[in-house]
Amino acid sequence: MPNNLLIEGRDSGVQVLTLNRPEALNALNTELLGELSEALDNAEADPEIRAMVLTGSQKAFAAGADVDEMASRDLVGILEDPRVAHWERIARFTKPMIAAINGFALGGGCELAMHADIMIAGENARFGQPEINLGIMPGAGGTQRLVRKVGESLAMHMALTGEPIDAKRALQAGLISEICQPELTLERAIQIGHSIASKAPIAVRLTKESVRKANDMSLADGQRFERHAFTILAGTADRQEGLAAFREKRKPRFTGQ
Amino acid sequence: MTQPSILLEIDQGVALLTLNRPDSLNSFNTEMHQQMREAISQVRKDSKVRVLVITGAGRGFCAGQDLGDRAVAPGQETPDLGESLENNYNPLVRSLRDLPMPVVCAVNGVAAGAGANIALACDITLAARSASFVEVFCKLGLVPDSGGTWTLPRVVGMARAKGIAMLGDKISAKQAEDWGMIWRCVDDEALMDETHEMARHFASQPTKGLALIKRALHASADNSFEQHLNLERDLQRIAGRSEDYQEGAAAFMEKRTPSFKGK
Repeated sequence: MPNNLLIEGRDSGVQVLTLNRPEALNALNTELLGELSEALDNAEADPEIRAMVLTGSQKAFAAGADVDEMASRDLVGILEDPRVAHWERIARFTKPMIAAINGFALGGGCELAMHADIMIAGENARFGQPEINLGIMPGAGGTQRLVRKVGESLAMHMALTGEPIDAKRALQAGLISEICQPELTLERAIQIGHSIASKAPIAVRLTKESVRKANDMSLADGQRFERHAFTILAGTADRQEGLAAFREKRKPRFTGQ
Repeated sequence: MTQPSILLEIDQGVALLTLNRPDSLNSFNTEMHQQMREAISQVRKDSKVRVLVITGAGRGFCAGQDLGDRAVAPGQETPDLGESLENNYNPLVRSLRDLPMPVVCAVNGVAAGAGANIALACDITLAARSASFVEVFCKLGLVPDSGGTWTLPRVVGMARAKGIAMLGDKISAKQAEDWGMIWRCVDDEALMDETHEMARHFASQPTKGLALIKRALHASADNSFEQHLNLERDLQRIAGRSEDYQEGAAAFMEKRTPSFKGK
C-alpha cells in the first residue's frame, strides 16, 4: 500500500492531508496525485469533515512534478495522462481547502497550492513555475490560476523566466493571505480550518462556490449567482439560528440544516 | 601544498573559523570565498555546533577584497563588481546573519572594506585594542558593501555613519566600542581568552532560544511595533516548545543549574 499521503484528524471537523515523499521533496507523481484525489473523494462523502488542510514538510510543500515520470511520456502518453483526471478531481472539491506552505512550492507544487481556497505560507516559502527552464510549461493550471491571482505582469515574469518569488512578494501580490513563522504554519492553517468548520455548512459551501464563480463569469452574471445563492440560504435553519444568536448575543449552534 | 585560506576547528560545541591568508591581511579571493562557503555550510549542518567564532590569522583581521585578484586593468571592459557581491559577499553576510546560533567575531587587527562589514555582520563583535575599522570604499570611488551602509546607521546613527563611510578614516577599536559599533574592545593579549570564554559560555546556552532572539532583533528593522509584537508572540510560542525551555523552567523551580542541549 503506497503511503505518499498522510491523512490525519477529522474529529473536530478539519482533516489534514500531508504530502509525504521526503526523498523527492514531495514531487507529485501519479501515485501521490491518485491518493490525493481518492482522499478528497472520501472527504467529500464524509459530513464530519468541514474543512481540509493540505501541507507538505518544513522544507518543501511540493517541489514540482516527478521529472523522471514525465520524461517517460511521449506525445501520446501525455495525451492519455491519468494525472489530468486527478487534477480535475482536486479542482472540483466543494469543501474549503487551506494550503499550509513551507519551503518550495514549485511547478506542480505551486499549481497544487493554487487549487486551495486559502493559501498561507511560512516566511521560508518559495513559489515558482520553473517549467520553462526544462523546455516545457506549466500544465496543471499554472498559467491560468497564477495570472488570476497575481496579475499578468508578475505571472508572465514568473512563467517566462522561471524565477521564484518569496513569501513576502507572494503576500504583496495576493497569492497568499498570510505569512507565518514556518514552525507555526500548519497550526495556523488548522486554526483557520476550525474557524470555517464552526460556521453554517451550507453557507460555507455556497460562499466558496460564489467566490469561485468570480473567475469564470462576468460581474453581472456572478452577482446574479451570488443573489441566487443568498436566496437559497434564506431557506435554511442555520440562517435563523445565526441571526437569532447574533441578536441574543450568544454563540450560534449550527446544525447544517 | 598551499595552506588552506580558511581553517575550521570544531570542538565541544564551538566552531572556530580562522581567515587564513595572513600574507595578504586575510583579504578575500575567489578560492577563499569558496572555502568560507564550505566551512559555514559544515557549521550549519553539524548539529553539535552551538556557536561560531570568526577571527583572522596573523596581524590583520580581514582587508576585504583582494584587489590583486580582480582584473581591473585600465582600458579593459568595466568589471561587474555587483556580481562578486551577488555570488560571494552577500551570501556570506546573509549566512552569518541567518545562522541559527550566536556568531562571535574576534577582530584581532585591521578590519578594512568588506572585512569591516563582515565583522559588523556578526552577532557579538570583540576587538583587540590595537585593531581598527576602515570603510576604505569611499577612497576608491566605491560604496561600502556587505551590508555596511545598512548596518552602520543602525548601530552608530546617521551622522556618524556618514562620517565613517564618506571620510574613510580609521576608526580605533576603542572608538568603535564607544560608538556602539561593536560589543567590546579588549586588551590585545586578552582578546582570544575573552573570545574563547564567551564561546564556551554560548556552547552551554539554549541555542534555539538564542537563534530566535537573533531573528526577532533582525526583523525589528523592518517591522512596525504592532507587527513586531505579533512576531514576538509567535517566536515565544516556538521557544516555549523547546526542550531547553522545559529544562530552564524545571531548573529554576528546582533551584539548580540548567543543562541546556540547544534544542
